Parts: sequence; C-alpha cells; structure tokens
Amino acid sequence: MTVGIGGWGSRRKPMALVRAICRSGLRDLTVVSYGGPDVGLLCAYGKVRRVVAPFATLDSIPLEPHFRRVRQQGTIAFTEYDEGMVMFGLYAAAHRLPFLPTRAGLGSDVMRVNPELRTVRSPYEDGEELVAMPALTMDVALLHLNRADRRGNARYLGPDPYLDDLFAKAAARTYVSCERLVETADLLKEGPVQSLLISRSHVTGVVETPNGAHFTSCEPDHGRDEAFQRAYATAAGDPAAWAAFRERFLAGDETAYQSAVRAWRRKESP
Amino acid sequence: MTATRAEVCVTACAEAFRGDGEILAAGIGGAVTVLAARLARLTFEPGLLTHDGTCLLTGDVPALGEGPGDVEGWLPFREHLWLVLNGRRHVMLGASQIDRFGNTNISCIGDWARPKAQLLGVRGVPGNTRCGTTSYWIPRHSPRVFVETVDMVSGVGYDRGAHEIRVVVTDLAVLDFATPDRRMRLRSVHPGVTVGQVTAATGFDLAVPDEVPATRAPDAEELRVIREVLDPDGLRDREVPEGSRR
Repeated sequence: MTVGIGGWGSRRKPMALVRAICRSGLRDLTVVSYGGPDVGLLCAYGKVRRVVAPFATLDSIPLEPHFRRVRQQGTIAFTEYDEGMVMFGLYAAAHRLPFLPTRAGLGSDVMRVNPELRTVRSPYEDGEELVAMPALTMDVALLHLNRADRRGNARYLGPDPYLDDLFAKAAARTYVSCERLVETADLLKEGPVQSLLISRSHVTGVVETPNGAHFTSCEPDHGRDEAFQRAYATAAGDPAAWAAFRERFLAGDETAYQSAVRAWRRKESP
Repeated sequence: MTATRAEVCVTACAEAFRGDGEILAAGIGGAVTVLAARLARLTFEPGLLTHDGTCLLTGDVPALGEGPGDVEGWLPFREHLWLVLNGRRHVMLGASQIDRFGNTNISCIGDWARPKAQLLGVRGVPGNTRCGTTSYWIPRHSPRVFVETVDMVSGVGYDRGAHEIRVVVTDLAVLDFATPDRRMRLRSVHPGVTVGQVTAATGFDLAVPDEVPATRAPDAEELRVIREVLDPDGLRDREVPEGSRR
C-alpha cells in the first residue's frame, strides 16, 4: 500500500496515526512524505518497504536517526526526489495527469538513482528538455489539522498549510486527525475561510487526537516538543535505549502514550 | 576596529548578493548565511527580500533569533518551491562535498544504494541550482569537502547545467568560476590566509591567478550592523571560531 503523509519534516505530522500504524499489522508500505519522524518511526517498526521523499529531518536536529540507520543498513528502498519534484508529483496526481514537466532534477544524480525517470521535450519553439515528473498517486493520505468537523472539512490555524491539500487530492482515501473536532458552524470561528484547506469530498475518516502531532509542531495549538524530540533522537542511537523508549512510550495505545509523555515531562521539568 | 575572521566571512557572503535588486536573498541554515543576506539588505542592497527562516517575508530586518517587527509577505513552503521555479531568488546553501565545477552533495556519503553515511537527502538543491542563482558557504575549508568527485550530485555544477553559481565562500577564501572552462578559481584569500593554505585545503587543482587579492574587510558601518544590530550575541563565532585557522 502507498501511504502519503502530510506535514513537513518535524512539523504538523499525523504522529498519532503513525503510532497507530506501528501498533497495527500493516507492513510493506511505500511512504510518500516530506520526511520527518513519521518516516523514522515507521522505519524503526519495520513497516516500510520504500520511502519516496526529498529528505528526512527533525528540523532542529538535522538528520532523522532511524531513517539514517535503515538507509545505511540497506533494509529499505529509497526513491529520492527534489522537493519541487515531489510537489509536482502531487499536483499531477491531484489533477489526474500522468506527469508534469519541471526543470528540477535535470543534470543531478536524482536522474541516475531513479533510472525509471523520463524526460519530455517541449513541442514549442524552445524545444526545451524537461523532467517528466510522474504522478505520485497514493492509496491513502494521512493528515493532521488543527480543526475539523465530523464530515471531514478541516482547517489549519498555523502559518503554513504545507502540502496537505495536495496529499488529500492525490490519494484515493484520506484520513484526517485533528486537535479538536468542532461543529461545522464553528469551523470559521478561529480564522478566515481561506484556511479551510481540506474538503470533506476528499476525506474518508476523521478522528480527534489532541496533541496528536506530538512531538512535532502544531502551531498555534502547540510548538515542537524539543526536549522530547531530543530524547527520541538520543534513544534511536542505541538499541537498548531504543527498546526502553519503545517500552515506556509506545507499548500501549495513544492515551497511554500521551499519559507517559505527561509523566516524563513532570519528571524532566525542574 | 579589526574585523574577526567570522566578520570577514559574513561580509564576503553578503557581497554575493550585490546587484541582486528586488529578489529573495535566502540564507539557509546556520548564522553566517542568514546574517549575510540581512547585512546586504541593511547596507548596500536595500531592495532585497529576506525571510524569517520559516514562512514570513520580513518587512524590517530583525536580529538573529528575533522575530520580525513587520511582515511584508507570506512564503509558505509551497510558495518557496514555486519561487525556485520562478527564479526571483538567490540562495546561499551549505554542502558536504563540492567539486571543481561546483557540483555539490548533501545527500549521502559513499555508494548511494547503501551509503556509508545517510545525510539530509537532496532537498531542493537540484531545482535550486538548475533554476536560479546559488552560492555556497562552507564554514570549514578542507579536502574532505573540496573533493575530486562528489558521491551524489545534489546541486548541479557548471558541467551539468547549473543556472549560476555566483561564489563559494569559506572560512579561508572566496572562490568563483570565472575561468574559460568554468572550473573553480581562487578569487581572494581572507586577511591572514596564504594561497598555499587554501590550495592545501582543496582536494583538487584550483585555478590560481598570478595575483590573488585579499578579501575586503568590512567597513565601519558593516561592522556596526553586524555587531550591534544583527548579531549582538555573536552566533557567527560559533560557525567560525576566532583563531582556529590562524
């Protein structure tokens, strides 16, 4: 199954949904993502066959440690594209086009490591050769938004929509988790209509997961939990520490996770 | 006032934006590139647009680590990716490896199929280098960075269709590609650095003119802006520790 994951790096990732996949029997996933700890966690749980991404980063910590390890062990396949290529792949899928032309990627080793990529020549006078970025169609997209109603209309309240609407339009089915479920009549209470990013016509299911992007940022509801992210990255560097981290935070359901995080914070904060 | 090496580097990076006019000066990662774009805007290139590192175009020019007082525009990631294709942008990037034609690597070290070290991934660098003006800031000039062949071409060089690689600024020197075959050339050495130091720290044959000038030092106004306005906490010194390469 091909799963697209919204957000960007360590920003507004549907981490509660990712944790749910980690607890499930799903495996052999192809994951399309502007990668962050979503990609890392799924790799750590052996759920991933292939990652399709321009990067994997924790933002304030430059490199995603689990992704790094599986790449260096050679245990996952990787389709490495330029950031703009991924956006055009989403645009193509959202418009039901087989490809979109772009200059991004030309001349670079993205063409070497993805030998299936083709170029296309402009039929006009310029005759320019361009990358034919294939549509990134997906079976499922997973998104986390600030607010949603029961029908699947959803909005972001932070400064950046990322590419979430394109993921929704590129996928056959989209599942949205949200900080807070509200009545349709209340959707516009906290901001302008332009930030109603996701339409129910693209959404199959909605779930309320307060703090569900944790430990990534979900402005303005909450920022990134930098201390917890450091703990995650540190644990990822050592098998015993990672086993302890998994046992402490990820062995139970989402409620258990949030409660373990709260307990951890009480202990860590002075 | 004697400028520190870090201040020479910031000014040299700012020089990269001279003449750019009303485009986005995008300093990516770390203190020096961000300082450079803001210094250029506050002194000799006032038309430049600068951003806050996330998605705001700043109406004023805040100090490092400070939010903008005024916001003059919105540049979420999707618009930033669009701007790369549109071209009204000059980006200053880092690189883990760079070769004589300006091909750069931030993706991985070793064989791509199973890398010795997975780094960031190509990010937006293929498109950046193909579609718009790019400069590089390399805080530690060494043969590990300046290599014969990069392991994965993330940013394209002049032999692979680069749009424009304006300059490569390091802690030792300023380099450019002003040669007939567009190979890397030593443009200037920072005060206190010898040509021999630069060639010894470069893992390929660098074009070296008969006369290599010194990189210009910041003037009094530029020093004031760096020290008092943009970086009073001295974050620049973490990237270029004073005395480390004397």
